[in-house]
Amino acid sequence: MADKIATREAYGNALAEFGSVYKDIVVLDADLAEATKTCIFKKKFPDRFFDCGIAENNMYCVAAGLATTGKIPFASTFAMFAAGRSYEQIRNSIGYPHLNVKICATHAGISVGEDGATHQCNEDIALMRTIPGMVVINPSDAVEAKAAVEAVIKYQGPAYLRFGRLPISIINDDPEYKFEIGKAIKLADGIDATIIANGMMVEEALIAREMLMADGISVAVINMHTVKPLDKEMLLAEAQQTGAIVTSEEHNVIGGLGSAVAEAVAEICPVPVVRHGIEDVFGKSGPAKELIEHYNLNARGIVEKVKQVIEMKLR
Amino acid sequence: MANVLELKRIANDVRIGILDAVYNAKSGHPGGALSSADILTCLYFSELNVDPANPTMEDRDRFVLSKGHSCPAYYSVLAHKGFFPKSELVSFRHTTGLLQGHPDMKTIKGVDMSAGSLGQGFSVACGMALSAKISGKLYRTYCMIGDGESQEGQIWEATAFASHYQLDNLCLFIDNNGLQIDGKVKDVMNNMPYSTKFKAFGWHVINIDGHDMEQILNALDEARATKGKPTVIIAKTVKGKGVSFMENQVGWHGKAPNQEQYESAISELLANKAALGGN
Repeated sequence: MADKIATREAYGNALAEFGSVYKDIVVLDADLAEATKTCIFKKKFPDRFFDCGIAENNMYCVAAGLATTGKIPFASTFAMFAAGRSYEQIRNSIGYPHLNVKICATHAGISVGEDGATHQCNEDIALMRTIPGMVVINPSDAVEAKAAVEAVIKYQGPAYLRFGRLPISIINDDPEYKFEIGKAIKLADGIDATIIANGMMVEEALIAREMLMADGISVAVINMHTVKPLDKEMLLAEAQQTGAIVTSEEHNVIGGLGSAVAEAVAEICPVPVVRHGIEDVFGKSGPAKELIEHYNLNARGIVEKVKQVIEMKLR
Repeated sequence: MANVLELKRIANDVRIGILDAVYNAKSGHPGGALSSADILTCLYFSELNVDPANPTMEDRDRFVLSKGHSCPAYYSVLAHKGFFPKSELVSFRHTTGLLQGHPDMKTIKGVDMSAGSLGQGFSVACGMALSAKISGKLYRTYCMIGDGESQEGQIWEATAFASHYQLDNLCLFIDNNGLQIDGKVKDVMNNMPYSTKFKAFGWHVINIDGHDMEQILNALDEARATKGKPTVIIAKTVKGKGVSFMENQVGWHGKAPNQEQYESAISELLANKAALGGN
């Protein structure tokens, strides 16, 4: 397994790499270029990088204006200030006119760590996926982060990409790996239940699968990197195959991947769904790894939920 | 370029279109539409490089109506310019109509940006102007905000941004009609004076009477000639201008006239049309 790398780092590198190919890319940041890693692009293409200062609402509308003229703006800040503070700007000035703006938010979830609750956005996916026409992607590692950046460059329309601060393992090292917006990736087959995860929880889902196997439980693992549009074909197949679903995400269990999956499953093939994530609470300060344990955002937490959903299935 | 008398005649026709739109919609915002009508007429009939036959022409000048609720004036100007038939005006705000309650760029020809949520269009215009700078294009970007709208914090984020990036290809109008929904701007939330604020942010500031065509045209000339900084034209206007019973009345911010009021307004505008020697 390769060295751990944060998806924000992969994002910055991808921007700098694709910036040579796609000359219409323009990058905006709100005084966080060093943290969001757009600084890597800035260094290479200073004439196409614009710091907007600590004024996110203006930044997202400037991005909208750039998009109306054919530019491909990538506008970055922390998830809290992108999806949170600028929700209405994104909804009205990017979503409603369906403009080609790439909202790339870093420092999502509790793995932000020491900065604490005010900076740990566990609600961004919920907010963004309610906007009609918005693509919402939460990559599971550096490989997928880069692939997602390339995919949204080629996609015409608004997209929200979520990146993390914490270095995480590379899991998409399969030479056959292929990223497609809205197409989930099946990482493992199973019989008793299906774990549907995204972001840093995909790796935990794979670990949980190993742990469950020791207990004689067989679970499938799906990487649902795109929350919107949701891969309903994959959901239907899994609901029919295993008849029990656990979702896992570094996000509030309200409104995110878990909600999206539960909504869809309820309509296409009702089977028990148990959501694993932040249990509708605010985060707190601490090293990311300690917080992950504190909030049970780990393989152990997923294992508990899988056992719970299997019990429900057998009832 | 149209001459001043011609612009006055067009603006009067534009006002008739505003009344037709709002009356038939039984809702909408006549006050701020009427206060902005002369400026919008000057922009579209004298200043902007736009082509109704090719509304998405790449190098066209851009305009963003950040105070989107004044769109009856915007739509009427666009219709008179030929972007879409004038007959659309009477289906303004209708479920089956083309013209949305606030501008929608996806469906309405000639609209460069959807707007209506106050404070946002100005920033969008900054993005359009920045894009021209990046690409070395010569088109100019114009934007109009309201004085009440300038209470939005984002207006001042954009004010700093435009100055910081020296967007001299950007020209902002403030439709300074002095009224907002809850009353006089100075009573609701006094954020005046605007001149010194914009000057302090590094802008070129021009103060005009927003109903004097010559002053509007001269200000546009001055804005175009100003290099190294963006220009704001603070236009003193009268809310409801051109319909005497609506003038300077807070109540006409967002209310449609009844039939009697509509007929009275139209006859006043037709009398003005005759006085201007129109057909």
